[in-house]
Amino acid sequence: MAEVVLEGVSKRFGDTEAVRDMSMVIPDGAFVVLLGPTGAGKTTTLRLISGLEKLDAGRIKIGGRDVGNETPAQRDVAMVFQQYSLYPHMSVRDNLAFPLRSPILKTPEAEVARKVAEIAEILQIPHKLDNKATELSGGEMQRVSIGRALVRDPAIYLMDEPLSSLDAKLRADLRIELKRIQGDLGSTLLYVTHDQIEAMTMATHVGVLQEGELVQFGTPREVYENPQSVYVASRLGQPRINILPSELFGGAHKGPQIGLRPEHIRQGDGVEARIIRAEHLGDQTRLHLELQGYSVTTLTDPHTDYAPDTILKISPQDPLYFDAAGARIF
Amino acid sequence: MSSFSVTETSARAKWISGTLVILYALITMIPLVWIMLTGFKSPADSISYPPKVVFEPTLEGYVNLFTTRTRQTQEYLEANPPQNWADEIVRQYDMVIVGPSKFGQRFMNSVIIGFGSTFLSIFLGTLAAYAFSRFRIPLADDLLFFILSTRMMPPIAVAIPIFLMFRNLGLSDTHLGMILLYTAVNISLAVWLLKGFIDEIPREYEEAALIDGYTRFQAFYKVVLPQAATGIASTAIFCLIFAWNEYAFAVLLTSATAQTAPPFIPTIIGIGGLDWPAVAAGATIFLLPVMVFTILLRKHLLRGITFGAVRK
Repeated sequence: MAEVVLEGVSKRFGDTEAVRDMSMVIPDGAFVVLLGPTGAGKTTTLRLISGLEKLDAGRIKIGGRDVGNETPAQRDVAMVFQQYSLYPHMSVRDNLAFPLRSPILKTPEAEVARKVAEIAEILQIPHKLDNKATELSGGEMQRVSIGRALVRDPAIYLMDEPLSSLDAKLRADLRIELKRIQGDLGSTLLYVTHDQIEAMTMATHVGVLQEGELVQFGTPREVYENPQSVYVASRLGQPRINILPSELFGGAHKGPQIGLRPEHIRQGDGVEARIIRAEHLGDQTRLHLELQGYSVTTLTDPHTDYAPDTILKISPQDPLYFDAAGARIF
Repeated sequence: MSSFSVTETSARAKWISGTLVILYALITMIPLVWIMLTGFKSPADSISYPPKVVFEPTLEGYVNLFTTRTRQTQEYLEANPPQNWADEIVRQYDMVIVGPSKFGQRFMNSVIIGFGSTFLSIFLGTLAAYAFSRFRIPLADDLLFFILSTRMMPPIAVAIPIFLMFRNLGLSDTHLGMILLYTAVNISLAVWLLKGFIDEIPREYEEAALIDGYTRFQAFYKVVLPQAATGIASTAIFCLIFAWNEYAFAVLLTSATAQTAPPFIPTIIGIGGLDWPAVAAGATIFLLPVMVFTILLRKHLLRGITFGAVRK
């Protein structure tokens, strides 16, 4: 395990700048999640660290060693791809053993067998070890490809949306399992996703990417509570943060746009809003409101019923203020 | 595999198309069957009119194909009784077997040159196709077109320059010369076909192998090659069929040492009269290796033919 440092890393493909001047420190033993929509440069960042892509500018250090000119094999990284990563002509067992048998590790066969059995147990696939890789369900395939990374003890694990192709139940299970394994091994892990729940639940650090740039980096709580822009604020939180013109609430305000998390709306006083719809989710109720033509979402007590078209008074509580371009002011 | 669906064909349509296919197969197989039957006819039966479909089979053609014979005096024949069944057959013409013919050696030349050039085409073709498929090569499209363009004229159009070149390089009538020539003709087909097959193998597999601790070359032979096996097999057959059947260059460039079977078989006609059964026997034996190969690998071959026409 090791610390990984990115210094001013850039990569361009033709006319598109996939990653722009990115600097980031991934501390030893951290679980860092890169969050961003498709095309934000998340996968490219992983591929640059793994050595599958060459840097245009900047430096990458793994455990203090500049790896700019090293091959992927020399960098000692393990990677889980989003898809297509199992070798179709090999059995599950051989797939899991493949990295251990590499000319770099040359693990003795007894050790290979022990590690493969151990990983198969963790991922609940011991009965599938002799299957061909193509004879697995999607969930099993993805577990094997996670397993193929976990059999090793690399400087850093790189994971590219490893859970995105799984069903909700398995995703929730593996999320907990992955976090547990990472905690037990004390491994450094860089994880890419566009799923904010994965980010919030597993990460020790979250990095938010926007068009190839790292716009904010911090603990999930910091990024959630103290976002630096509308963009970052919108990436975390379910339901999404409400971004509204500040003058809707009258009085003194500190910027043209106000950002209100659903839980940061006080009911009972303030401006009048009309209830459009109430969604009962069991543990919480979401209220969809209309405020002078703007839609606003808030959370409320799960045991109260709200009739549509009722008027509800709301006022901001702990609001965030942004300028017209979306940058955080206060 | 395919994402489109085709409406179910009716039983009648199946019956009609089945009949047509069988009919077509029968028509195309008639010359083949004729050659094979002629190989087992006596010379008299082979030229009888109307042609005989039912006849008494004999191995005379095969004996004549593999041996050289001379006529002998009655005294000699009486003093030396026949040693085996082959001797018996030639005795009816007052002949004795004096040694093997050149057919075996010509057939071996075909094997060496055919398989040698196929191996070389596939070896070079796979490496080139992999490079074109995976690496950013300057002017890759132009290079690929250039490689393809070597197929745009009939190879025999450059027969005279090649003949002169071979003579100056000392490659005339050598196995090496013919292997190089057939490889040069086949390589364009091999590169294009194999590039298509390798393009279909997702890069993620090799990238995973690179990260798993393997070098680019190890990733190539441990991960890409096994998955390209069917493509390689079908490409190999196409290369082999060309090299095996090639006649014109073989006539022009080979004679005593490296002559292959195609130019040799017709010369059998000249040895001791019109010996059609021997020619037919030679043709039959010559056909066998490619036929067996094609039947064994027919599934891959079909994929090779339809390759590119079917979107996954």
